[in-house]
Amino acid sequence: MNGAQDLGGMMGFGPVRPESDEPVFHGEWEKRALAITLASAALGEWNLDMGRHARETLPPGEYLTSSYYEIWTKALAKMLAARGMVTAEELTAGRALLPPVPTRKPRADAAAAAKALANGSPYDRPQTAPARFAPGDVVRTKVMHPRGHTRLPRYARGKTGTVVAVHGVFAYPDTNAHGLGERPQWCYGVRFTGRELWGPDAEPDLEVMVDCWEPYLEASA
Amino acid sequence: MQHDDHDHDHPHDHDHGHHHDHDHGSELSEAALRVRALETVLVEKGYVDPAALDLIVETYETKIGPRNGARIVARAWSDPAFRARLLADGTAAAAEFGFGGRQGEHMKVVENRPDLHNLVVCTLCSCYPWPVLGLPPVWYKSAPFRSKAVIDPRGVLGDFGVTLPASTKIRVWDSTAEMRYLVLPMRPAGTEGWSEERLADCVTRDSMIGTGLARIPEGAA
Repeated sequence: MNGAQDLGGMMGFGPVRPESDEPVFHGEWEKRALAITLASAALGEWNLDMGRHARETLPPGEYLTSSYYEIWTKALAKMLAARGMVTAEELTAGRALLPPVPTRKPRADAAAAAKALANGSPYDRPQTAPARFAPGDVVRTKVMHPRGHTRLPRYARGKTGTVVAVHGVFAYPDTNAHGLGERPQWCYGVRFTGRELWGPDAEPDLEVMVDCWEPYLEASA
Repeated sequence: MQHDDHDHDHPHDHDHGHHHDHDHGSELSEAALRVRALETVLVEKGYVDPAALDLIVETYETKIGPRNGARIVARAWSDPAFRARLLADGTAAAAEFGFGGRQGEHMKVVENRPDLHNLVVCTLCSCYPWPVLGLPPVWYKSAPFRSKAVIDPRGVLGDFGVTLPASTKIRVWDSTAEMRYLVLPMRPAGTEGWSEERLADCVTRDSMIGTGLARIPEGAA
């Protein structure tokens, strides 16, 4: 979706402001925000792409004026509410008012959480069809503006680039974010020139690499 | 504009002599209150285990950080065979150090050269190679960086005080899929014969994102 998360190429946000000796967390609440986000995801009620979509569907004004941990926690509250796991009334009250609902996976104890962090969740999947493109192929990204989730940023739509890597087959965010299954697809590294993306005023020699799932691409004529 | 540095109206746990959010409810920000309510309800309903929450925080606060990546870079500078393995398969090479897992399931390492500088961004969210760099800094997740990196990377470098020769091509990696990118910076001159441990001190977090360069620390020459 063309939400506020799709920031590439926007202007007017001012300079990047690095912080010297930045702490890992700015305040206790950020630690808890990280922890409850990861621990809740372990219950298996939503996948990575659903989580991203919950964040990008925050109203643009809200998204752009929230810190990233705020974005996470607002999205978490939204996903918990949508599944009846934590209601708005419970958040207002600050305590449980209803019994828990069943979850696909059990609560993780400390050992299970440690194992989950150490193992991660690989998103590559077995291939079931040959890759359509190979390194060196010239491809064009589709012009598309889906109302749902996608990982093809606006600045890279309708652009011609060159395949430089075949990463493998990965769960497809555009369906996975909506409970329509992983429908794994080949994913490629595609190189675009700055001039192709931004026109003649682009920085000379600039190259931007975008990882693209196969349905985002068509062969260039 | 986004408040990227941090909220200035609530206490910071790194401000020694100040208090923690949890201790002074009357001063909690809206974000901190939301997180507290979420955590309380999640724990009361048995969805999350407090011990697992503490383990998650401890892991990213004390165990996983950019020192991991620095060790990898120092090894690559010292051992050509390792460097070749690292560039061929970042995930497998990081696993030689025991680094891997969440948000590092599919890692790719890209190498800087005098004529090529790599810069990593996630324009759509905050994708970042956690096992080797830890959690991303606030600026990495902020609108200024995410918007500007793909269209004006030299401007971004300028925000970090870095100026590259015009002859150096800039290649930006937008982390739109599940590949996580780590930059292998150039080894600073004057470090011939240094141990890996000493070399690792030259490797800043920003040099592995591409917003900085590796450098000999003050007083270490």
